[in-house]
Amino acid sequence: MKVGIQGIGLLAAGLEGWCASRAVLAGTEPFGPVAVPDPEAALLPSNERRRSSDCVRWALHVAQEAIAQSGLDPREVPTVFASSGGETGVLDTLCRTQAMPERVVSPTLFHQSVHNTASGYWGIATTCQQSSTALSCYDDSFAAGLLEAITFVCVEQRPVLLVAYDLAVPAPLSEARPIAIGFAVALVLVPPSDSSLASMYLRLEEAHQDEPTGLVDPALEQVRQNNPAARSLPLLSAIAAGRSQSIRLSLLDSQQLVLDLDP
Amino acid sequence: MLPNVQPMTPLTLTASTLVTATGRGLGPVLQALRERRSGLKPCDFEDVTLKTYIGRIEGLEDFSLGNELERFDCRNNRLAWLGLQQDGFMVAVAEAKQRYGAHRVAVVMGTSTSGILETEHAYQARDLAGSLPAWYTSRYRYTHNMFSLGHFVRACLGLRGPAMVVSTACSSSAKVFATADRLLRAGLCDAAIVGGVDSLCLTTLYGFSALQLLSASPCRPCDEDRDGLSLGEAAGFALLEPSTYVSRRGAVALLGYGESTDGYHMSHPHPEGAGAIRAIRDALDRAGLQPSDIDYVNLHGTATRVNDAVEDKAVSSIFGRTTPCSSTKGWTGHTLGAAGITEALISVLCLKHGFLPGTLNCERIDPTLRSWILRANDVRPVRRILSNIFGFGGNNCSLILGTLQ
Repeated sequence: MKVGIQGIGLLAAGLEGWCASRAVLAGTEPFGPVAVPDPEAALLPSNERRRSSDCVRWALHVAQEAIAQSGLDPREVPTVFASSGGETGVLDTLCRTQAMPERVVSPTLFHQSVHNTASGYWGIATTCQQSSTALSCYDDSFAAGLLEAITFVCVEQRPVLLVAYDLAVPAPLSEARPIAIGFAVALVLVPPSDSSLASMYLRLEEAHQDEPTGLVDPALEQVRQNNPAARSLPLLSAIAAGRSQSIRLSLLDSQQLVLDLDP
Repeated sequence: MLPNVQPMTPLTLTASTLVTATGRGLGPVLQALRERRSGLKPCDFEDVTLKTYIGRIEGLEDFSLGNELERFDCRNNRLAWLGLQQDGFMVAVAEAKQRYGAHRVAVVMGTSTSGILETEHAYQARDLAGSLPAWYTSRYRYTHNMFSLGHFVRACLGLRGPAMVVSTACSSSAKVFATADRLLRAGLCDAAIVGGVDSLCLTTLYGFSALQLLSASPCRPCDEDRDGLSLGEAAGFALLEPSTYVSRRGAVALLGYGESTDGYHMSHPHPEGAGAIRAIRDALDRAGLQPSDIDYVNLHGTATRVNDAVEDKAVSSIFGRTTPCSSTKGWTGHTLGAAGITEALISVLCLKHGFLPGTLNCERIDPTLRSWILRANDVRPVRRILSNIFGFGGNNCSLILGTLQ
């Protein structure tokens, strides 16, 4: 299966936006993580933005960056949102509430606790009524999201916006899931065309003796290993460097997604 | 602009299984439908004091998963395990695995809350420093993480193909059919296990209560005096194979599906049902069918004031008053992320046994509804059914199931 990449959005400490991060990802500038300011997520109406979760703002921020680059009308683009744990901050608050004698749950927090909260807010912000899937595959959520998005592009012959994100998990939930840094990435995937930033072939292989592709920079590699959405970094790095490369992403214990990148 | 949807090749449901509060296995579920026996009872879940009815599955508290499955032990996975044991499902999957190879069978599961009850218990058991107990932290991945159900089902069935958990609130286990169809059409697998499991937890009970959407009595879909939903829990699974491989006259197959979003509000449906209409139209187009080809509509029919009214607008705008419609939530309660598979498999029972369930607990049909709402069960040949599921985040999915001619 072959798809083009027509827009990229990115947000993490030291990687604020795709365009601003290309040199770091290509290895021509050093990676220096600094605290990320609260993302603008300018697309959200201000009343929604005020009460939105960090996940929503991060996811929408990168989605907006990618869709703007693609030049596509967001109302015409189906979406896939991939996250290992989804709204962990909201879930932490809700579980604290359930442990109190009076379980007074905020109705707003409750409807923001679903795994498709970011997907729902993207729809509200853009008035898009296309299909939207929210999914998880633990550490391999980016690979699973890519699989869902690429099969959608190839089967339906339409562009798809993939957004993968996981934010730092708050204590005490972080004892169970130690994700220490936030990471969000968005890709606009399209049927093969000349106007793409890059194109790639996807194939699924049985578990391989070759390890999943890592990164040369040890600090970036640490980010990749800590956050499921950051498993996208080898792909982003190859695109930024304009490298032809085969990138292996693990998909559970038994399979690997192999992306043959053709810049 | 409506998306350009092409007709699909039907996918045969070679095997299926369902556990709801009305029974363990398709046989008992069918019997309860025919006898109009509800699974809803006054809420007796843990220490919950809410005045509401629930469709609780009995016995989930009385066993635990042992041996190599011990790390997965939580209410949601116990319910999944119970589902997998019914209706000869494990044998059918073993045969498919033999036919295609373990790495050629995908697992696509749906759930909304996964094993969150474990996290709720762990937060109640925090120590003085606020830390979570060790029994929980080492098992988070296998219990509460959103992928836990997919991991568990894959481990139980010994499968090695692609797997993921779709979690789009109530539409989760309807959308798994669509994702499985894409994986099959892309040639990434030869068969797929689809399904969904959602189990009772404090978050949904107190959350829906906070939204003032829980009825104090058993839910009454489409009734003039309906005043909210009843929560339930369920596990359902189906083995999907392209009908080009396995096609048998009279076999039940997925003929079409439509997915959409409202782009309107997180917990209120679009007032005109625009997203719902889009999902239904796409399902019809994928199945290559006209509205008049549909013999019965299994409504989402949650029994909230707004859902039933808006769904009726959408359904009646397409089917007028000529297609019988009903909701089966009066039997099972709203099983949230498992509602898609629950109602798809109830539709399979209707197709196989030639009957339609009348809306349980609907005493007086809301006179403002324009669709043809069935109140009493009906016995008649049924060839094609549309099943609607709509969820939070304005996430919609409609499925069309039918018998292969």
